[in-house]
Amino acid sequence: QDTQEKETITPERAEEAKLKAKYPNLGQKPGGSDFLMKRLQKGQKYFDSGDYNMAKAKMKNKQLPSAGPDKNLVTGDHIPTPQDLPQRKSSLVTSKLAG
Amino acid sequence: ADIISTVEFNYSGDLLATGDKGGRVVIFQREQENKSRPHSRGEYNVYSTFQSHEPEFDYLKSLEIEEKINKIRWLPQQNAAHFLLSTNDKTIKLWKISERDKRAEGYNLKDEDGRLRDPFRITALRVPVLKPMDLMVEASPRRIFANAHTYHINSISVNSDHETYLSADDLRINLWHLEITDRSFNIVDIKPANMEELTEVITAAEFHPHHCNVFVYSSSKGTIRLCDMRSSALCDRHSKFFEEPEDPSSRSFFSEIISSISDVKFSHSGQYMMTRDYLSVKVWDLNMENRPVETYQVHEYLRSKLCSLYENDCIFDKFECCWNGSDSAIMTGSYNNFFRMFDRNTRRDITLEASRESSKPRAILKPRKVCTGGKRKKDEISVDSLDFNKKILHTAWHPMENIIAVAATNNLYIFQDKIN
Repeated sequence: QDTQEKETITPERAEEAKLKAKYPNLGQKPGGSDFLMKRLQKGQKYFDSGDYNMAKAKMKNKQLPSAGPDKNLVTGDHIPTPQDLPQRKSSLVTSKLAG
Repeated sequence: ADIISTVEFNYSGDLLATGDKGGRVVIFQREQENKSRPHSRGEYNVYSTFQSHEPEFDYLKSLEIEEKINKIRWLPQQNAAHFLLSTNDKTIKLWKISERDKRAEGYNLKDEDGRLRDPFRITALRVPVLKPMDLMVEASPRRIFANAHTYHINSISVNSDHETYLSADDLRINLWHLEITDRSFNIVDIKPANMEELTEVITAAEFHPHHCNVFVYSSSKGTIRLCDMRSSALCDRHSKFFEEPEDPSSRSFFSEIISSISDVKFSHSGQYMMTRDYLSVKVWDLNMENRPVETYQVHEYLRSKLCSLYENDCIFDKFECCWNGSDSAIMTGSYNNFFRMFDRNTRRDITLEASRESSKPRAILKPRKVCTGGKRKKDEISVDSLDFNKKILHTAWHPMENIIAVAATNNLYIFQDKIN
């Protein structure tokens, strides 16, 4: 690369151009609140604690039937437990790809 | 074995603690040197293993609380027992690790197997005697410091007064007394009144090694604030503000993300502090706020890979860094199970690899080199061949000797200086 040229592109800027080409709707403020909010919300899962506790009470000492290998498939008597639930993907992740 | 999430030597270096993603703590102890092999250094063997934290579910907020141990910090030893603090995202626990090598035998009211004796059958009085038994190492939780953090705890740091410690989450820092679990003082709060205005979070915090009133905290914007607890109860106003001026012409989408500081560590002398951001390690003189005194490039070749590192989230990896005992060298991890060491005096640096293939016991590690462009020499590895899933985030250096502990995903490597 000729460093005397006015239009030298640093490696970082070149990478930025690549990213913007892939995701044209990427937010203007990357370090802004969207990104940080995602960081603060790690661990969010949606889960019905009422159902879960009722099922636990009914089963008493028996183990709750756990999810099969495919954790996304909840069928029959299975009441989701916190461990079974997949992590809710925060909306920032989908927006990064969906644009 | 689970993924190791923290590694820490104690003050003497005889004990090495690791915490993992499953909430377990494993402590290794250095064996005494063998008289028949006077030049062999002591090896580290498992001393104690215990479950520190369990997964929890906060029903009110629908939040899963991971049992992963984020940090372990040892307390200075005051008696025969060892104490350490371990923390997950929400709760800090004080653990006591003690040895038991004697057992009392000959109780009057119970049998050897613990069953109560019928009092009417007891005809004579005897004095129990202490008999030796196989060494047992017991870990018991002595204090549980809970419910003080709304956000995720990233750091804990024991004060030089040996009575208090701080815990830091994304937005707040709390001060605790080791004896008191139902109260803590909030000393830093950067939560904005309107969360929409949030622009930076706290990434790490540490107490000064000698001045019990001084601590620092780093941010996601690449700044470090030094606070003095004597100046006010709430240290929202810093005493010193460390930031390297940025060249505005080189600013890009990635600038702020890669400037985020993932670790801050005071030197043992207390004169300097070191910060780790995505691509470099910087040494700061506490008396100079406007720029670091030394900057070391860890893996500058990644600057032209930032787009894909953003896509695979690696750009958010949090690497730690550490000083050697004399503050003459620093160490930090990288990808492909590589770790880097920098000698501050000679300015020499070295890249080494922690992997089974390249380290047979007692073999000398071969320096590694990443080829950044042009023709790849034999033994060099090209940037595109690096395995970004093999990241060394956690390393520790023995407080006095040249012994290092390197966590490579779920394996712990302990390396030491070769003895000529």
